[in-house]
Amino acid sequence: MFITFTAIFVFVMALLALSFRPVGNGVSQASGERLWIIGLGLIFPAVILLCLLAYGLWIGERLLPRSDADVTRIEAEARRWSWRFSYENDPRRSTENVLHIPAGRPVDIEITTADVIHSFWVPRLAGKLDAIPGHVNVLRIEADAPGTYTGLSAEFSGHGYDNHSFAVIAHGPEDWQKFLEGEQ
Amino acid sequence: MNALARHRRLTAIWSSEPGWKGWLSTVNHSDVGRMFIVTASFHFLVGGILAMLIRAQLATPNSAFAGPEIYSQLFTMHGTIMMFLFAIPMIEGLAIYLLPKMLGTRDLAYPRLTAYGYWCYFFGGAMLLISLVFGIAPDGGWFMYPPLTGRIHSPGINTDFWLIGITFVEISAICAAVEFTVSILKYRAPGMTLGKMPVFAWYMLVVSLMILTGFPPLILGSILLELERAFALPFFQVELGGDSLLWQHLFWLFGHPEVYIIFLPAAGMVSTILPVMASTTLLGYRWVVAAAVALAILSFGLWVHHMFTTGIPHMGLAFFSAASTLVAVPTAVQVFAWIGTMWKGTPQLRLPMLHILGFFITFVIGGLTGVMVAVVPFDWQVHDTAFVTAHLHYVLFGGFVFPVLAGIYYWLPLVTGNRRFFRLGKVAFALIFAGFHVTFLAMHWVGLMGQRRRISTYAPEDGWTAINLISSVGGFVLAFGLAVVLIEVVLSFVVRHRAPRNPWGSGMLEWAIPRPSAAYNFASLPRVNSRDPLWDDQNLPVRIARGEGYLGDPASGRRETLMIDSATAEPEQLVIYPANTRLPIVLAAVTGLFFLSLLLKIYLITPLAIAGVVALGWRWVWRLGSKQDLGDQPIGHGVAVPTIAEVSRPPGWWGSVFLLVANATLFGSLLFGYAFLWTIAPGWPPPAFIAPSLPTMLAAAVGAALAVAGVAIAVRTNRNGGTPVSGLLAAVAGALGLVAVFAMMLWSAPPAAGHAYNATVMVLGSYGLVHAALASLMLIFLLARHRAGYMSQRRRGELAIVKVWTMYLAGVTGLVVPAVYLPGLVT
Ligand code: HEM
Ligand SMILES: [Cu+2]
Repeated sequence: MFITFTAIFVFVMALLALSFRPVGNGVSQASGERLWIIGLGLIFPAVILLCLLAYGLWIGERLLPRSDADVTRIEAEARRWSWRFSYENDPRRSTENVLHIPAGRPVDIEITTADVIHSFWVPRLAGKLDAIPGHVNVLRIEADAPGTYTGLSAEFSGHGYDNHSFAVIAHGPEDWQKFLEGEQ
Repeated sequence: MNALARHRRLTAIWSSEPGWKGWLSTVNHSDVGRMFIVTASFHFLVGGILAMLIRAQLATPNSAFAGPEIYSQLFTMHGTIMMFLFAIPMIEGLAIYLLPKMLGTRDLAYPRLTAYGYWCYFFGGAMLLISLVFGIAPDGGWFMYPPLTGRIHSPGINTDFWLIGITFVEISAICAAVEFTVSILKYRAPGMTLGKMPVFAWYMLVVSLMILTGFPPLILGSILLELERAFALPFFQVELGGDSLLWQHLFWLFGHPEVYIIFLPAAGMVSTILPVMASTTLLGYRWVVAAAVALAILSFGLWVHHMFTTGIPHMGLAFFSAASTLVAVPTAVQVFAWIGTMWKGTPQLRLPMLHILGFFITFVIGGLTGVMVAVVPFDWQVHDTAFVTAHLHYVLFGGFVFPVLAGIYYWLPLVTGNRRFFRLGKVAFALIFAGFHVTFLAMHWVGLMGQRRRISTYAPEDGWTAINLISSVGGFVLAFGLAVVLIEVVLSFVVRHRAPRNPWGSGMLEWAIPRPSAAYNFASLPRVNSRDPLWDDQNLPVRIARGEGYLGDPASGRRETLMIDSATAEPEQLVIYPANTRLPIVLAAVTGLFFLSLLLKIYLITPLAIAGVVALGWRWVWRLGSKQDLGDQPIGHGVAVPTIAEVSRPPGWWGSVFLLVANATLFGSLLFGYAFLWTIAPGWPPPAFIAPSLPTMLAAAVGAALAVAGVAIAVRTNRNGGTPVSGLLAAVAGALGLVAVFAMMLWSAPPAAGHAYNATVMVLGSYGLVHAALASLMLIFLLARHRAGYMSQRRRGELAIVKVWTMYLAGVTGLVVPAVYLPGLVT
């Protein structure tokens, strides 16, 4: 995407610069309209956009939660200024500000909020999704390898917003089992 | 009469009172336009200082310069001031000043309304600035999402300043939009058909229609949120059947078009200035106009792209993502039409051209990053990071500030009559251009690294320190450049250095008037045969000054201009304007009292203020018109036309129609909100629906029918030479009946604070009540006018105006009553 856009930018700037050539360009009204407006103004962006859109939808499709037998469900509830995560195996089991997930498996986070709007965002795992009062939004995330990731709230929520963050710990299969049992 | 004598005579008729007192009573578009521009520039200065404070805070990690409490006020007020108190008013000011001159007429359609709009802006802006000075400024971000801005999480007065102050300021935008629409359609030089109209006027027509349909959702949202804050009506509270997403829809229904409302006038300036800089005509005039229209229409379908992260269903995302990228097409048409124009002509690097190049470079980058953000997966990553802030500044600064700077340098000789002397412009441009790109390229970068927007500080470990410091340094260079522009503009007023009459060699009418521009613009109104009348006839300015056009004889001592037929551009009506008056500033002050009483919650004053507004409004319209038939008036060249009091579609009729377009959009947004809550909000259906009341419904039908029929009969009998009194009396009875109907509806409604449904019913009923009361007042006004002798078979314009409002009332009744009672009938 960056390369295409840089190319377009350079192209437009070149056209702009060339218009300052001292020689007459001999563009007449009619031929000018055909070349500049229909060719460059209509067809050129349309083609680029179509490609881009197809690409975007394709990627977007892959990021979406799909019913999948193997998914772990975790509820995430934001409040000013913390996050509470509850795990599907036991609704009473919950953690504050630390999200435990299994690595290498898709996880559906069911996001909501107890007060104002927040946004759930783990930059290295997926895009962000908002926590909206009265609504539950589901975000599919997946960590390829065990480890710790930073999670942030990405919607301004008042004075504690700067440090409204959480940690994500992705466990290998055994650790995950241990986490589930150890906590129970 | 020679040219000089005519100039003196017209100046005496048109000029404002001498000294600073003249500002309070002037209604002349050149004065008010300048006042708008100066005030908007002042707000730009304030917004710019806030930006510098923001950049100072972010320059170093763990900065202790401003805590989060202060910082949230800083960025909220920066965004709010720039969008509402700088950009929009700047456009209004430029267009108020320029449009009549470009269109070849002497003033805008409603001079007193121009002034009223200015004073609303002035007082509303002052309200927000005062909150800033006292440290109680709004702090919820410029888009004010509830529940953060609701009464629970923001109990202070900060948010109320925003909701009430901005609504007050928006009045001026609506006034200006009505005014521009009517002026562009009806107030042009004879012969200037739509196809010969300056392209800037086309852009402003599109923008005005966008304001009329784009601002009402925000006004409605602000009213609803303020009702929630002040009286606990739970529109956005999910526990009681509200939904905070409703605000986001209403806000972005406004907010996305807003970006184009800001960009299109700037594009109009580029389309005007660029061909002149290249000594040629615009390539593809029709295509450019079509592109502007397309952009306007598309922009109303795009608001959801600001809500990609709120959990919109996938199909919705795909649709809006596609539509969002689609705007690139009409934008590209314009950009390539401009570049093609440069190829066609011989562009010269004069100062306005430099700023246009700055615009090209910046705006193309902003457009490209915009397309990137419109692609959903990418947006999920960068949404609410500094990347988005940077993108937004590329579009707003590139797409607005650079063209405005070009415009300022281009039209400055017209305003001052001088040419620039010190030639600081190039230095200023270099500073601005370099400073801007350093600041915001760095912000793109740090956004991609994960810096969220609106954080008051960050830690050294984040690794953003160097980039932020660079960005801040760039910001200060930029500010310095803008300061140089300010100095240069002030100097060019002070240092006399006479400019030639048409310094850029343009073909347009605004360069055919005396410089500095005279209060009356055109000593006589020229007949226009092409888009570049000044190129057709080098002598045109002289012929205008000699009074060879229409209305060249100022003998009547009245402020006069012509209204034309929109399509043929032939003279149709003679406009007689009101002269200088303090009414606008007084009315604005009383309107301000109304808003202030709501802000300070002194509700005792509210009804007084409303009564004041009504009384002044009455006086406002009473002063127009005349007690005798004047008959067709000679306007020169052997043509005679009726005055505006003696036609069936006077200016007030046109203004009412377009004001009602905005009003209907507000009402439509309310119905949309109702449907939205019903279908999306979790707490629905409500515990109980209102029981339908058959008598009320019947009374509503009868009242509406009576009102409409009464006015129709009044119009008919008056046309046939009879007296309209009995028809009007019937209409008054009908309208008063509707007042009773809506009062009953409100009286019997369940407590509004109990559920969003009840609250919605309350607002719907109040909307009906206000319109019924308004129509009653207007009808009573007509009776009084008839008694006082202002009406005759010929002088029928006021009847036509009130007819429109009565019909609107009937339409509102026909929608409100079912919306309130049908659910109860069905269940
Ligand atoms: C004079 C140069 C300017 C500078 C250095 C500047 C700088 C900034 C910065 C650093 C922010 C981010 C605050 C944050 O997220 O923490 C910001 C936000 C913003 N700016 Fe500017 N800005 C400038 C001019 C403008 C102009 C001309 C406009 C509009 C016409 C504008 C509109 C906005 C808006 C709408 C926001 C978002 C506020 C919010 O998040 O609520 N800025 N600006
Ligand atoms: Cu948008």
